[in-house]
Amino acid sequence: MCTETATRKFEKVCQILDLHQRDPSKLIPILQEVQKVYRYLPEEVQAYIATGLGLSPAKVYGVASFYANFSLEPKGKYVVHVCDGTACHVKGSSLIKEALFKKLNLSTEKKTTEDMMFTVEAVSCLGACGLAPVMTINDKVYGQVTPEMAAGLIDEIADEEKK
Amino acid sequence: MPTQKIDLKAVQDDFKARIARVKRRVVICAGTGCVANGALDVYHALADAIAARKLDVVLALNEEKDSDAYVSKSGCQGFCQAGPLVTIEPEGYLFCKVRPADVSEIVEETIIGGKPVERLVYKHPANGQLYAKRDEIPFYQRQNRHVIGDCGVLDPENLDEYIARGGYEAARKAFVEMTPETVCEEIQVAGLRGRGGGGFPTGTKWQLTLAQESAKKYVICNGDEGDPGAFMDRSLMEGNPHRIIEGMMIAARAIGADEGYVYVRAEYPLAVQRVRKAVEEAALAGLLGDDLFGTGLSFELFVMEGAGAFVCGEETALIASIEGERGMPRPKPPFPAQSGLWGKPTVINNVETLATVPLIIEQGSSHYRTMGTEGSPGTKTFALTGHVVNTGLIEVPFGTTLREIIFEIGGGVTDRFGNPDPHGFKAVQIGGPSGGCLTAEALDLPLDFESVKGIGAMIGSGGLVVMNQDTCIVQVARFFMQFTQKESCGKCVPCREGTKQMLALLDNIIEGRADESTLPLLEDLAIAVRIGSLCGLGKTAPNPVLSTLRYFRDECQAHVVQKRCPTGQCKALAQPEIIAPLCKGCGACIRKCPVNAITGEKRQPHVLDASLCVKCGACAQVCKFNAIVGV
Repeated sequence: MCTETATRKFEKVCQILDLHQRDPSKLIPILQEVQKVYRYLPEEVQAYIATGLGLSPAKVYGVASFYANFSLEPKGKYVVHVCDGTACHVKGSSLIKEALFKKLNLSTEKKTTEDMMFTVEAVSCLGACGLAPVMTINDKVYGQVTPEMAAGLIDEIADEEKK
Repeated sequence: MPTQKIDLKAVQDDFKARIARVKRRVVICAGTGCVANGALDVYHALADAIAARKLDVVLALNEEKDSDAYVSKSGCQGFCQAGPLVTIEPEGYLFCKVRPADVSEIVEETIIGGKPVERLVYKHPANGQLYAKRDEIPFYQRQNRHVIGDCGVLDPENLDEYIARGGYEAARKAFVEMTPETVCEEIQVAGLRGRGGGGFPTGTKWQLTLAQESAKKYVICNGDEGDPGAFMDRSLMEGNPHRIIEGMMIAARAIGADEGYVYVRAEYPLAVQRVRKAVEEAALAGLLGDDLFGTGLSFELFVMEGAGAFVCGEETALIASIEGERGMPRPKPPFPAQSGLWGKPTVINNVETLATVPLIIEQGSSHYRTMGTEGSPGTKTFALTGHVVNTGLIEVPFGTTLREIIFEIGGGVTDRFGNPDPHGFKAVQIGGPSGGCLTAEALDLPLDFESVKGIGAMIGSGGLVVMNQDTCIVQVARFFMQFTQKESCGKCVPCREGTKQMLALLDNIIEGRADESTLPLLEDLAIAVRIGSLCGLGKTAPNPVLSTLRYFRDECQAHVVQKRCPTGQCKALAQPEIIAPLCKGCGACIRKCPVNAITGEKRQPHVLDASLCVKCGACAQVCKFNAIVGV
């Protein structure tokens, strides 16, 4: 089904589609794996997946936009998730989010820094409620976080990146 | 792939022979909480330290030989507050908050000397008493860790150890010695009820599915634990994945299914990894696949990672998600038991429910009924979090009171600095976004499905978030409403629009725009959403609001009528004020104030006129002494 130019351009997507036997019911695992490659789901890739599975682009976009883990915009190299579950919320997670927003000049609307280094998002419960408040940076969990500690972690990463 | 059939008895004997030659076992909790606190560093440091002392240490129990210590990792041991946790067997010592620097002491004193390291044992925060042994600590002593207990002991990545503890025996029994009817019957008699929130009798669900004529049926494990503040399913999937697989096998036997799916929430990467590994190992051992236990029956299991949608915890939405669709629920009937995945009869059970099943089959329904209450037999795990001394995962029989849970197991309420506060209790939120906030009056209520429902809340998945006097209850209600509003899939109008309007009304209350019509309107709307919504998400979304209006009416009224937040948490309602003892009279705020609301002499405490203040916050920003509050 892949034409030769498309195959070259979307080689990895093609491989992922083949791995799932181009089965339309495997759309969610396919999107998950494709997102691992691109760090988000570019529109043209969604259209390509739709063609590859024999679905309409609207259907693929519908699924991609429904689930919180799919991103339609590129994310930064470091994705910071601030847990906003109940336990974290009552223990002051909003102060951590505000501290990170302030530190990186971000907001609820603007989640990623200009240099594509950091993305900060509030997420629903990460399930480490015993350590509330919790945040993760690229899946590494930090517990009992304070606003100062959160800002310090950002500094550490930024310093590491400068080297 | 050709698989070799496993001989359960041989594996049991072999493992027991291997473990018998180990002098001491060191179990390091590798649940998500302890790992976040550095448990893996402790693991490596301990292995190095034992090796440096030239002791015989094994990290994997592959062969039968004498050794001084076997160091292994376990799933969540439950006492997350005190992590990283290290348990030493056979003495049963528990060490808390262990750092890599502590390991040499553990090696010298405990592994060689056989004595606990006093510095690391649990110290009761109220009376300072030391507890060296894990089972003596009040947090553990008052629990009945029937279902989650093994999580804190066995190595979740070691199939042999699971089998050695009697694992897959119940599945063998169900396949070889029982019929689908007798399996359903046993679960029915045990009175097991779904742990995902609804409390529907599991045996009835299975019988309904068994009764359907179909060549193809499915079993689904609902591991999409989305309730904020609950993490028991995560701990079970991470800590004892084989038990869940075994539970699914028994369910498959009961209804006649040959294919199953474990749907794991994407936010739980470690759970996804552990369940995947366990499924692979079970398949390699011939515990999954064709001709199970020589019966000719087969069961194949697949793992699917969710993609982040709370509503997928609803069974019909979860089915849509496995089929590759947007996770939206559909009206019931038909129930999944009649028409589920790909239109075939399907049983969907929660993780904790399935993890309980092998225990019932193994020990019998009558033993199960010795725990809990008549209407809600057995035990329930709760995630105890919030303003409480001991946070973590606990398990108690149904019928236990909130007082026992919060004050005896939980060690009491904490103030905003985390110190125990005997008078700090304000409320406990039970059941997450479908539950409600309960007051001190509910503390002596025996917890079971009916009693909690009777007072307008829900056991739900078992989140218990304790809140102290500093918590604004209206903000808590708003927090849950914001959550359900965001997670509403948008299919039905009452939920999609209703949650949005309820959120707007709660915002009005918090921001001082509410009037006397707001609370009755909110109540009417909440009832309408409860009646009119399509699925469980919408039907229960109003619960936090309704319980708040019912039990904390005065606090709501204070926000609406007096425009005052009794806890001082609602910024818009706060009274701007300069705290005189902190003010140095520098005049910086006077110069900044755009409406000349601040007056005062130099080096004298200034005064803020609240009637002029526009709460722009400019004064507080320039104040170096944090003397200005409420702006």
